[in-house]
Amino acid sequence: MNAAVAMAGIEKAFGGVPVLRGITLEVAPGSILGLVGENGAGKSTLMNILGGNLQPDAGSISVGGRPFSPRTPADARTAGIAFVHQELTLFGNLTIAENLHLTRFPRRWGLPWIDRGASVRQGADLLARVGLSQRADMLVERLTAGERQLVEIARAIGAQARVLILDEPTTSLGAVERGRLLSLLRELQDAGLAIIFISHELSEVLQICDSVVVLRDGQVAGTGSASTFSVQSLVALMVGREVRQLYPPVRAPGNQEPLLEVRRLGEPSVAHEISLTLHRGEMLGVFGLMGAGRSELARMLFGLDRHTSGDVLLEGRPLSGGPAQRIGRGLAFVTEDRRQDGLCLEAPVADNMTLVHLAALTRTPLRLINRAALRAEVARMSTDVRLTRAPPHLPAGRLSGGNQQKVILAKWLLRPPRVLILDEPTRGIDVGARGEIYELLHRLADTGTGVLVISSELEELTGICDRILVMRQGEIGGEFPRDRFVREDLLRAALPVRVSG
Amino acid sequence: MPRPLALRLLEAAPLLLFLAVILLFGTQSAGFLTAANAAQILAQAAPTVIVAVGMTFVLLTAGVDLSVGALMFIGAGVAGLLAIAGYPLPVSIAVMVAIGVAGGGVNALLVSRFGLVPFVATLATLYIGRGLGRWITETRAMNLPESFLMIGASEPLGLPLPVWAAAAVAVAGQCVLSTTPFGRYLYALGADPEGARKAGLPTRRLIAAVYVISGACAGLGGLLALARLGAVSPRFGEFYEFDAITASVLGGTSLYGGRGRVLPDTVVGALLVKTIFSGLVSVQADPYLYPLITATIIFLAVAVDSARSRLAARLTRRVIRVDA
Repeated sequence: MNAAVAMAGIEKAFGGVPVLRGITLEVAPGSILGLVGENGAGKSTLMNILGGNLQPDAGSISVGGRPFSPRTPADARTAGIAFVHQELTLFGNLTIAENLHLTRFPRRWGLPWIDRGASVRQGADLLARVGLSQRADMLVERLTAGERQLVEIARAIGAQARVLILDEPTTSLGAVERGRLLSLLRELQDAGLAIIFISHELSEVLQICDSVVVLRDGQVAGTGSASTFSVQSLVALMVGREVRQLYPPVRAPGNQEPLLEVRRLGEPSVAHEISLTLHRGEMLGVFGLMGAGRSELARMLFGLDRHTSGDVLLEGRPLSGGPAQRIGRGLAFVTEDRRQDGLCLEAPVADNMTLVHLAALTRTPLRLINRAALRAEVARMSTDVRLTRAPPHLPAGRLSGGNQQKVILAKWLLRPPRVLILDEPTRGIDVGARGEIYELLHRLADTGTGVLVISSELEELTGICDRILVMRQGEIGGEFPRDRFVREDLLRAALPVRVSG
Repeated sequence: MPRPLALRLLEAAPLLLFLAVILLFGTQSAGFLTAANAAQILAQAAPTVIVAVGMTFVLLTAGVDLSVGALMFIGAGVAGLLAIAGYPLPVSIAVMVAIGVAGGGVNALLVSRFGLVPFVATLATLYIGRGLGRWITETRAMNLPESFLMIGASEPLGLPLPVWAAAAVAVAGQCVLSTTPFGRYLYALGADPEGARKAGLPTRRLIAAVYVISGACAGLGGLLALARLGAVSPRFGEFYEFDAITASVLGGTSLYGGRGRVLPDTVVGALLVKTIFSGLVSVQADPYLYPLITATIIFLAVAVDSARSRLAARLTRRVIRVDA
């Protein structure tokens, strides 16, 4: 039987820098191939070539045994290749059905006239197949991230895809949605689809994939049946050396001096009677499923969203006002979406790093920016956060995800905050950078900063936190000190409670 | 999830404002609430409506077309010359629309092929168009033959021909937007250009098309304006670009792209502006006030647009728990 997709000797360079150096891989129909590698290893470039977004410099591709050289995404689609991108590509201002049928609307009488009824009916069928219970004529902007992910896959199914590429499909999903997605992939596999699954969640890759290709520096560092790998061996192949433990050693928790106190915080339909205390030098984790209200809690603490009841106290004094006032009091917030909210992508690294504390880098009396001091601070912070291969003048958007996150951390740590809130700090970040970020957070906590880490990854929280709070349905569902970190207990506390009546 | 009252109010703002204006002037001036005045307002609004329909297409892609007034001017100038030279009316009409399409084609080329920012590209064609128009008309006013005025004066089924033309264009425009793949593509493109490209939509062709449509609408709008005035002055078509943008945005089209409709939004916006000015005339307001009123309307339109976007953004916040 012909491979669904075979790529041979693919090469690609950007501006003279080779990114792919002779990649060869194959996926059989009805199988799932895991594609792993650190950020910058070439995974996305390779898939963009298969998806018609980029053209290779050398090498050949065949799909279903026929030579294939896509020049546009439309070519790839015609050949039966569907690409579910890491950043979702649905249009919020269109309905689910319209998104599903965007390039192949059912038409009336063969005219360029959309048959809306047929579109909604067919859309509903597709939604049923992916197990999403929403009306097909609903606007996509009213769906959650997890629901949108399912719509994306429904679109691929509807397009009669024979090859499905998923780039980091589970990063924006909570545990329940994640499970649903994985079982859906199995169904599609049984239906004969070839699936390429790109992920940093190595245990997930090993769980779902038949075979694995490991990329490193634009080359295939290892390939084989998934059963021949372990997470450790994959990581070793990805980084090219045996890695030290990903999580830093357990630290002695800080003293029990309260730093940030939240009392009965409430906001209709968002938060209910949330009380918590973050101590000086403490690493406090907040776990919860998608939509449990964790990000909303962080936004309220930082003054981005309002709350109608309750108080927040920092060092015993009420915290009020917007982000500017709260930054002044020593709060810092690393948001969930670093590209959208965390960085000015066009601006250079140095400008991004100094954005928050620019006022501290000015010279009296005219308050002009002190360039020399700025350069010195940027150099100091770059060393501090281990920002390698990122010259200060480079636009932040050109950095890898891990380095972007380090720039954001440097921005806040330029003047060490009293409280650092991080929302999904390592989403989509490669293993090496993750370890460095964890270490950095621990060092910060050791200096007395209270660190509040929000994450959907239990392993991450149990690896770095002193204590974990579990949120569900906008309230605190449980509190776990380090000696009671049991995966099952934490997960159970996060599951929604069915409201009676 | 029901939409909150505030958002629904903002979305209905143009219509509510329209009713308020009618009520206000209706109580102030006896001659305002008459069928004759309504027909008058409709006839006055017709050219603006047509140009604004084209503008709505452009705004949906987060672009803008500043050249429409200048294209109207060139078209009117050439059509005037042809009419005076004795060519039959249909020739002049065809030439006006053709000039609009050609001018729109230049914009399309600049924006979609050379990647110029729409604001700058169409500002350039605005100046080029004005210059060409003055050269063609030799900066003199031209009076046109009676046949032109007949277009504006004929009243099939009791309404002036330009009103029928504007209605037809608006209905056609809305049909294209809501029921054809092309129309839906424009919304996708306006919401996320990169996403639209990745989804395999012909983004360049789409962008090119909206400027050509806008140019064609400018040509047609110019024809109706010409039929009303019966003369081409050196200032013919001036400020039509702003009238059209104001009408679209006031009606509910977003300057940020991806949001807006021709019917009822843009049409209501255009009628609202014309009704206000008609009302001001009927209560004999000081003409020096008009620019201030215009400024207020534009300010209001943009303020409502951004308030609506902000509120809509707030709404995307998830409901986490169902409170009793």
